[in-house]
Amino acid sequence: MTQAAQIQEKGNQLAHGNKPGNWKEYFTFSTDHKVIGIQYLVTTFVFYLIGGVLATLVRTELATPESDFVSREVYNGLFTVHATVMIFLWIVPAATGGFGNYLIPLMIGARDMAFPRLNALAFWIIPPTGLMLMSSFLVGAPGAGWTSYPPLSLVSGKAGEMIWILSILLLGTSSILAAVNFIVTIFRMRVPGMGLNQMPLFCWAMLATSFLALIATPVLAGAMILLSFDLLIGTAFFNPTGGGDPVVYQHLFWFYSHPAVYIMILPIFGMISEIVSVHARKPIFGYKAIAYSSIAICGLGLIVWAHHMFTSGTPPWLRMFFMITTMVISVPTGIKIFSWLATLWGGKLDMSSALLFGMGFICLFVIGGISGVMTASVPFDIHVHDTYFIVAHLHYVLFGGSVFGLYGGFYHWFPKITGRMMNETWGKVHFWLTFIGFNLAFMPMHKLGMEGMNRRIAEYDPKFATLNLVCTIGAYLLAVSTLPFIVNATWSWVRGKPAGDNPWRALTLEWMTTSPPPVENFEVDPVLVTGPYDYGMGSRAKDVDVPFSEADDPALSAGPSSTLRAKPDPVVAANPSDRGTESHNRD
Amino acid sequence: MNIPSQITTLLAGIILTLISFWYGQNHNLLPVAASRNAASVDNLFDAMLTIGTGIFLLVSGILIYSAIKFRRQPDDISDGPPVHGNIPLEILWTAIPAILVLGISVYSFDVYTTQGGMDPMDHSMAHGKAHHPMAANPGSAVAATLVAQADPNQQQAESVLQDPATNAVREDIPQRKDAPALGTVSPRVGASPDNSGTPPQLVINATGMQYAWLFTYPGTEVVAGELHVPLDRDVLINLSANDVLHAFWVPEFRLKQDAVPGRQTEIRFTPTKAGEYPLICAELCGAYHGAMKTIVVVEPQEAYDSWLQSQQVASAETRDRAVAGTVHPALIAANPATLTDEQYLAPYAHDMGIDAAMLDQLRPHQSHS
Repeated sequence: MTQAAQIQEKGNQLAHGNKPGNWKEYFTFSTDHKVIGIQYLVTTFVFYLIGGVLATLVRTELATPESDFVSREVYNGLFTVHATVMIFLWIVPAATGGFGNYLIPLMIGARDMAFPRLNALAFWIIPPTGLMLMSSFLVGAPGAGWTSYPPLSLVSGKAGEMIWILSILLLGTSSILAAVNFIVTIFRMRVPGMGLNQMPLFCWAMLATSFLALIATPVLAGAMILLSFDLLIGTAFFNPTGGGDPVVYQHLFWFYSHPAVYIMILPIFGMISEIVSVHARKPIFGYKAIAYSSIAICGLGLIVWAHHMFTSGTPPWLRMFFMITTMVISVPTGIKIFSWLATLWGGKLDMSSALLFGMGFICLFVIGGISGVMTASVPFDIHVHDTYFIVAHLHYVLFGGSVFGLYGGFYHWFPKITGRMMNETWGKVHFWLTFIGFNLAFMPMHKLGMEGMNRRIAEYDPKFATLNLVCTIGAYLLAVSTLPFIVNATWSWVRGKPAGDNPWRALTLEWMTTSPPPVENFEVDPVLVTGPYDYGMGSRAKDVDVPFSEADDPALSAGPSSTLRAKPDPVVAANPSDRGTESHNRD
Repeated sequence: MNIPSQITTLLAGIILTLISFWYGQNHNLLPVAASRNAASVDNLFDAMLTIGTGIFLLVSGILIYSAIKFRRQPDDISDGPPVHGNIPLEILWTAIPAILVLGISVYSFDVYTTQGGMDPMDHSMAHGKAHHPMAANPGSAVAATLVAQADPNQQQAESVLQDPATNAVREDIPQRKDAPALGTVSPRVGASPDNSGTPPQLVINATGMQYAWLFTYPGTEVVAGELHVPLDRDVLINLSANDVLHAFWVPEFRLKQDAVPGRQTEIRFTPTKAGEYPLICAELCGAYHGAMKTIVVVEPQEAYDSWLQSQQVASAETRDRAVAGTVHPALIAANPATLTDEQYLAPYAHDMGIDAAMLDQLRPHQSHS
């Protein structure tokens, strides 16, 4: 029986590359998108561990009601830097920079990103900036929360605050550069024959993400520059003692920082679509609904920001407007959830670690989504705003959502990236430890918040002691749960079972080349013999039994020389004799 | 047609619905509701929790069922059925959530209106433009034209600061005098529809500062660190902050409002259950943010009156003590809030025998320049 995966693989035998790379280039200013992708993934994972250490310190302080572990100033620095690291140095760069860079050119059959040097620059901004942010602990870490609301941010530790502003500016720049690169790459560099609606869903998700980053990040940069003027030279854009308005800052900040949530979750949505379809051996259910809902989330995501400000200075009609837009954005998100469930339904689930994390993602993200709809409701949000309910909600979205998705992505694409399989048993241990630890750490916070525990406090009412202890135990378990993953990934990278090109029998183009892929990815341009999700499209043995041994024969082959194909594009033609100076197929 | 499986599905649906309704009513997640509108917020939460529980059970039920039922056999390398989608089903699961969230929006809007969020009668606006001081001065005629509409924020700040006790504890932060009226006064939780247009029965000024709340009761000299309010009275709190953002939060009232320096905010509520509840600063305000909390005491009118009486006596005693020497007699007549630090300290310095030359020497920036 011929499977869709075999058909796709056979059709791409010519495109299959064979030259492995050199490990030393991972430490250089390489312009290869795969090297950059791996650089992103490893660097951001290190920052994830640093952010995790900070979180563990925060939870240690909160294990008891008294402020008895670190000083109050240091405590404020801990949670401020924890949030900044996790958002700007882990989830955003890992999902977009890491997986986006590695996968987008491979998935669309391109040789690299559109602007390789810009790509390398976007990455190399990150490590020094991360180190700079860490160094703020030497001069007094920023302690005004990751939101850095003035006037508090103007009166607490100038040096730390300025380091924080510079870090955000630099990381935002990196994010903008990456976004431009993704948009151009996706629009201009798809392999001939791949329309937008033939793209893997991860590409759609990255397209939506990049537009969000491109539109929203400059606004944050503007706010940061004004804030630094207030901080350094005593202007009064946001400083009320000079007639400035702190609420304006909140608008500017959240105009970026709410879309940032979608920048952190949309790529994950894309990854989950890939993972669920491949590991359930079924076509994705409702391709267009999932693809276009990403675009809908991108559009709506730009007009919901003031739901972070229901108690801080938003007129009643604006409160109502932002409540309704926020409610509405749950509809495209719900479409995705139900589509994934329908994809799983009736499939042949291999229950690998990647799929476990994918299903864990769906389960936990739904909780975050439900609490999100609750907090969108103004009267309820007035009660729970700035409480542990919000802390619980955001961690269900960003940890239960983004981080579970990233882990799923690691397990799914590790064989392609390294050429070796990860250990499945330890993968499952990792999943269950993370799942249990996560729920233990964050589920009780819902109740804490509603009962009256506000966030960002080093000391709390002793009546909350028991639940906080449970949270802290969960946080420790979560810290321990990363160990099986680190050991598994390191060990598998060196000695894991060789993966072959396509261990999951997937259809998207990244699996059609060597693992790991060579420089410039493909020997000749790959072709789409099947769609990205045509699993179970039946045995086509008798229909398309083309002698691939003669792949160059245009009459017989389904390969790049087939007569069935459009006329070879003179710009990108695989065969040098077909190349010209002008493209006929593109405008 | 497979009748047994349909019955199973039906049963599962019924059980799911029952569990959702039961949990929606018996979650025990919220503290006691002690204000008149708190119960409506709780009902809203119950409804959202019921729907949320149902959705969560549905999703996780499908996940668990799929993980068991659709697990691949070890030797099976075939693919699943090539189902690419189902338009009616997709329309269904777009429409149902859309209807649900619109329903929740309408319900929330209703509760918000009941709470007084849409209160159209802005009492600070009601005073009109007559208060504008510039009108009397012919030299500022141009300015008066420019500021065609009086700034309600400024008006309210002025009226709040007429109370001497409030004036003493509040920083005078420049108001944005030239801002248009829209959005200048921070929105508030105002009068509920049935109270709309009627003045509140009690007005209290609350001032947030690092790291305490100070409550002043206009018409009395009382400055208190904890909030006392009479039971079943319509109370209006005028909020502002002296230094950084703070937020006034009483979990039992289900009410929260940020206090923003330079802005006048208000929050209006009717406490319905006597007791002591925590009053928490809910906006990060610095290192001791976690320690910035006090209590709100809801007590019957008589108890409230006698508390206010005792506070007035206490503040009078403070004044007497001040006369007796705690506060320098030279300062009694002046309002301390209007003096600079140097003016305030001058009589003390004089008493201690410190003269101006000595003070100059003590100043580091002058001794080194």
